[in-house]
Amino acid sequence: MRVEGRGLIDRARPVRFTFDGVPHGGFAGDTLASALLANGVRMHGRSFKYHRPRGVLTAGSEEPNALVTIGTGPGAEPNVRATMQELHDGLAARSQNCWPSLRHDIMAVNDLAAPFLGAGFYYKTFMWPRTFWEKLYEPLIRKAAGLGALSGAANRDRYEKAHAFCDLLVIGAGPAGLMAALTAARAGADVILADEGFRAGGRLTGETEEIDGKPGHVWAEDVVAELDAMPNVRIMLRTTVTGAYDQGTYAALERVGRHLAARPDALPLETFWRIVARRAILAAGAIERPVAFRNNDRPGIMTAGAVRTYLNRWGVVPGHRVAVFGNNDDAHRTVRDLTAAGAHVVALVDSRHDAPDVAGVRMFRGAMVSDTRGRRGLESITIRSVSGEDHLAVDCLAMSGGWNPTLHLTCHTNARPLWRENILAFVPVPGAVPGLSAAGACNGAFATADCLREGRDAAGAVLVDLGHAVPQGTLPRASDDAGRLAPLWAVPARGRAWLDFQNDVTVKDVRQAAQENFRSVEHMKRYTTQGMATDQGKNSNVAALAILADVTGRTIPETGTTTFRPPYSPVPIAAMGAGGQGKGFAPERFTTSHAASVERGAPMIEAGLWYRPSYFPEAGETNWRQSCDREVALVREAVGICDVSTLGKIDLQGPDVPAFLDLLYANRFSTLKVGRVRYGLMLREDGHVMDDGTTARLGEHHYLMTTTTAAAGQVMRHLEFVHQCLCPGLDVAFTSVTEQWAQFAVAGPESRALLNELLDAPLSDAVWPFMACGAVSVKGVAGRLFRISFSGEHAYEIAVPARYGASLFRLLLSLAETRGGGAYGMEALNVLRIEKGHITHAEIHGRTTADDIGMGRMVSPAKDCIGKTMSERPGLSGPEREQLVGLRPVGDVKKLTAGAHLFDPDDEAVRVNGKGYVTSVCYSPTLGQMLALGFLKNGRARHGQRVRAVDHLRDLETLCEVVDPVFFDPEGERVRG
Amino acid sequence: MRITCPICGERDRREFYYQGDAVALRRPAPDAGEAAWEDYLHLRENPAGTTRDLWYHEAGCGAWLVVTRDTVTHAVQAVALAGDGSAEGGS
Amino acid sequence: MRFSGWKVLSEGLTGNRGWSPHWREPEPRQDYDVVIIGGGGHGLSTAYYLAKEHGLTNIAVLEKNYIGGGNVGRNTTIVRANYFLPGNSEFYSHALKLWEGLEEDLNYNVMHSQRGLINLFHSDGQRDAFARRGNAMINQGDDAELLDREGVRQYLPYLDFDNGRFPIYGGLLHRRGGTARHDAVAWGYARGADQRGVHLIQNCEVTGIDIENGRVRGVQTTRGAIRARKVGIVVAGRSGQVAAMAGLRLPIESHVLQAFVTEGLKPVIDHVVSFGMGHFYISQSDKGGLVFGGDLDFYASYAQRGNLPMVEHVMEAGMTLMPMIGKARVLRSWGGIMDMTPDGSPIIDKTGVDGLYIDCGWCYGGFKAVPASGHCFAHLIATDRPHGAATRFRLDRFRTGHGLMDEEGTGAQHNLH
Repeated sequence: MRVEGRGLIDRARPVRFTFDGVPHGGFAGDTLASALLANGVRMHGRSFKYHRPRGVLTAGSEEPNALVTIGTGPGAEPNVRATMQELHDGLAARSQNCWPSLRHDIMAVNDLAAPFLGAGFYYKTFMWPRTFWEKLYEPLIRKAAGLGALSGAANRDRYEKAHAFCDLLVIGAGPAGLMAALTAARAGADVILADEGFRAGGRLTGETEEIDGKPGHVWAEDVVAELDAMPNVRIMLRTTVTGAYDQGTYAALERVGRHLAARPDALPLETFWRIVARRAILAAGAIERPVAFRNNDRPGIMTAGAVRTYLNRWGVVPGHRVAVFGNNDDAHRTVRDLTAAGAHVVALVDSRHDAPDVAGVRMFRGAMVSDTRGRRGLESITIRSVSGEDHLAVDCLAMSGGWNPTLHLTCHTNARPLWRENILAFVPVPGAVPGLSAAGACNGAFATADCLREGRDAAGAVLVDLGHAVPQGTLPRASDDAGRLAPLWAVPARGRAWLDFQNDVTVKDVRQAAQENFRSVEHMKRYTTQGMATDQGKNSNVAALAILADVTGRTIPETGTTTFRPPYSPVPIAAMGAGGQGKGFAPERFTTSHAASVERGAPMIEAGLWYRPSYFPEAGETNWRQSCDREVALVREAVGICDVSTLGKIDLQGPDVPAFLDLLYANRFSTLKVGRVRYGLMLREDGHVMDDGTTARLGEHHYLMTTTTAAAGQVMRHLEFVHQCLCPGLDVAFTSVTEQWAQFAVAGPESRALLNELLDAPLSDAVWPFMACGAVSVKGVAGRLFRISFSGEHAYEIAVPARYGASLFRLLLSLAETRGGGAYGMEALNVLRIEKGHITHAEIHGRTTADDIGMGRMVSPAKDCIGKTMSERPGLSGPEREQLVGLRPVGDVKKLTAGAHLFDPDDEAVRVNGKGYVTSVCYSPTLGQMLALGFLKNGRARHGQRVRAVDHLRDLETLCEVVDPVFFDPEGERVRG
Repeated sequence: MRITCPICGERDRREFYYQGDAVALRRPAPDAGEAAWEDYLHLRENPAGTTRDLWYHEAGCGAWLVVTRDTVTHAVQAVALAGDGSAEGGS
Repeated sequence: MRFSGWKVLSEGLTGNRGWSPHWREPEPRQDYDVVIIGGGGHGLSTAYYLAKEHGLTNIAVLEKNYIGGGNVGRNTTIVRANYFLPGNSEFYSHALKLWEGLEEDLNYNVMHSQRGLINLFHSDGQRDAFARRGNAMINQGDDAELLDREGVRQYLPYLDFDNGRFPIYGGLLHRRGGTARHDAVAWGYARGADQRGVHLIQNCEVTGIDIENGRVRGVQTTRGAIRARKVGIVVAGRSGQVAAMAGLRLPIESHVLQAFVTEGLKPVIDHVVSFGMGHFYISQSDKGGLVFGGDLDFYASYAQRGNLPMVEHVMEAGMTLMPMIGKARVLRSWGGIMDMTPDGSPIIDKTGVDGLYIDCGWCYGGFKAVPASGHCFAHLIATDRPHGAATRFRLDRFRTGHGLMDEEGTGAQHNLH
């Protein structure tokens, strides 16, 4: 219920929201959790395994219980912490992991079966009969497991990524963080101050203590105002720093639009930040730990700090009759704050016999809460002390087992924290993350005065490091009381005492794990699932560790701790993957002919990030084969035009290019004459084929290399490697010009006639024999012409600067069409090359050698080249290997498929009989049958023999004749003609 | 992860392509023998600690770099151009 | 103690007081027939099969930390037999058969779930490559089906068929592929080995390997010297360091591979799905978390943690492929250290030292290999002959070029597999 006169909420701005369809009211400045508590709603969810009722435990991002689904439809978001969700008008929250309702949940029956569902029970059963696992047991387990549900619909919300750089990243805007940011900012450093909350101040917003005579939250507001006015400071509220990575890189999630009732379209829901900081100060505070006692998991039981925060920040007393239970002085503040607010505090239970007095409350010293009652929420507690048991009716219990420094980020680069006995907690090991220091409560300094001092000092050290002058100044006045505590992890009793509230891990489970020899802390965690819930053990790990230590007779440091991994708190995939949805995952590359191809109805297909036309359908054609067959025929009979600009083009210049090419290519290039082109085969250093292509010598010291589309980047990198790392002395310079030149194949018997219409000077065979190249003038534009052919026809490739590509393509098409030719796409290109036995990456797939593809003799014996030595390994050539062959169907079945495997005709189609496989197939309209390229063991010696191509997947068996891979015009008369 | 390219300055790891041990700079002679080539191409010291490896500033200046780095902590100790002789040269 | 539903019931009724340790904590003896260095999945299964199939019981598994703490405890739990090159084909096929009987064999529920694996393809070229793979799987006696786009849609309606950067052409369905509970595999083998008399010795780091006249004599450890007639090195992630103790250099570079799990969610992904245009693979665990991963971070590392570039790349791949997972929150990311070999395939072989054997180089493939790796390595150690399913995992294949198994076709650059 709400108390008057308290809280940092705006009572002038009421807010309406619903929970499970029931309308409620709150105020601007509320969280969903504070508003629900104000409305007396105590039960917010169900636990994972036993489906026990769950209410809010904390007031922060570590909340394990109050997880709800926000919204409906594609925007529905499961597992939202009610403690972090800011209230806004129209907010619709639903409970989750319960059916048919939160109050009446059928799966709550699990709680009755708890004796059989202890740690690791599933490893010991559900094994018989075997087929029941997938059919029965596992589906039931899966259905019961999980918390909220995804909508199943594609994300429609906007998420973004952003980058930031700074001198100092301060993580946490509590007293330590504010002091650190202020110190650094005043000295002129570029500061980013990030805090996961929507209000700066940290614990100061939840406590009543004063700084410099002002209420703590007022002091925080004043500091924020000063920082906000400084140009070198960026304050990032609602921003959780989620990970620490190498060289000062931090990940952060900013909840940009999550708190708005109406979010402008341009505003993202969340932004994932990558922050590069020269230094960072972790000032993330501490998280209070619960105490394990019997039935400590009922709604209404929460951490003492949370109770104070709900009171002081949100003006909410989460009960009519409140008890406080703890092992430390800090818990006593809860009594004072509640009493001052007029709440009814029925008892203070302190496990310490020497606990200090607190006025105005019934005090139980040396006592413990040993049990609780209340089916759907706390109704009473049992207090056990030397004098016996007392039962008190309470509906809220504030508990405190001490505080754990929020040191998680310091462990993200593998460091393990140190145990500090005086605060019974782990603290960061200094230098754990290079450039990151810890200050304040996350460093084990719990008194506010210590937080301020550590914040200032940490910033001072950073300033010295970065060469700034350290400003002098006095620290604000604040409490130096850190509070004392005595160990209290679990109250000994029968029954179940919860450690991990969400995953339903109890003290018994940890004990049983130890009994079964899961004594390593990692084993215990994995066996019991302790700490694997959505809070990543923030509330429970240390207590579980203490119990494990106790059971196994070791100290806590001896027992060790599990590793904290990023993210600090969970991050949506959509945020970290922002930009990837739809087409954003990879760049899209478009040729200059793209628009013209699309206009002609060509389906565009992906090729190494480029889009290329598959085929160009004409009226009356109903499937791709008709178009493809026509396009093949027009190349063979007239002239076809194809955009080949996507092939990699590397311009090389310098006197040593010939020597460079000789090292790069298996075959020799130093003998290439000006005005000539040569086909080249490039090997990887391990002796396998890397890529193939042509290199043209355009001038005395000027060459142009082409690569396949897919390997363009790899070849460029390889050239740079060979030059810079292996022969830096060679005088060569090269650069990629793939995008600078548009290049089109003009292929077919009419190609020369067509070009003669186009070019400013006619071509003759004498000047332009096969494999010639040179400069041409295309309607006054300086272009290049290469007489090369992938189709096996008399053909050219004509190149112009890319800005002329679109118009040249249209011009070429219109010229071709007047000659009975036209455009051809990738399908026809593929048929043409298979008919000629030309290879692509279907054949040079990274496992083939020059010898395998019949080019062994291209590896020049007279010179070294990359890959030569290793290609001479005994296993890389010879009849044991699969060699490139052509295959034609010769039996009743005429169909061939790529991916079929090859067998001798009478062999069973099993692995041990395998002789090879089919890489490329096509229907050849030229030869009137299907053709295939493939690899066959000792294939070159088997021309004329028969093999069986077996495709189990498509239930196809084809008897084939093994032939030379060049099916069409084996003498190459057409290409030279 | 950040790498300071001697030409471009400090850049994000995304700009770089990683190849492997800087042993790749020491290409053996063609006739150096099986063992030398096996060492060059396949066998690796693979230290848990300081290593020297080759990176390529692919989305930057195109320089191949020798990065001296710790494989356990990911600390970068030094970055040199592979091709200017300050790292060990090639053939 | 035999596990069963009845045992769970009877213990539940009597306060769960009767559970005994899954394995004991013996003091190391001075002398063993076989010492296995490495208490990960492969080492534990090696010890188990040495005891079960070869009658050896005087065996110690030496683990420097806690058993099952390496890659067996930090993978994405996928089990499949969908390789296409001889060597890998028969080995992973053998592994899958062992998986299918593992629970019965170990009397331990490792939650092996054959929920089906679908590898998506996005171009005609990829379809052809997957057809070759699928046919190789069937040639081997395993299962594969080629799905077209509509076939994929029936199984995975939540994929982005309309707007994704790379169109979905189809998928290769491997029905017997699936997942298993990774930790349980380690624990099940540990318990099985322990029950057969194997000594599992945790917190015992090997610091040296004793060799005399070309023959192994034992090991030096942080808990003293231990003599052994045979020693097996099974320490993926640290293979180079341990092998160096015997003067061996390995064709291995160590790389970090990250993995991710989201908060628990109600069932939404039923299969194991992999993207063909950017490493991304995903399944949903029985607890409800989406478990997924991608490619290596690509730089040599022993850190068991990665960096943001690959984290973000993996998430972006997930968003282009199946944008309905956008609101799932990543709960935890972690890294494992992969033994990357020049052809992406493993090594199970003798070394140049008599009595010293090595099992390493598992690259990405280690988890699904656990049963067969142990089975074949045990066979090699016990008989000095390679098991029929692992004859090609030779150490000398890189030198000779014979029998390379480069499934990715990326060549002798360790991190590209």
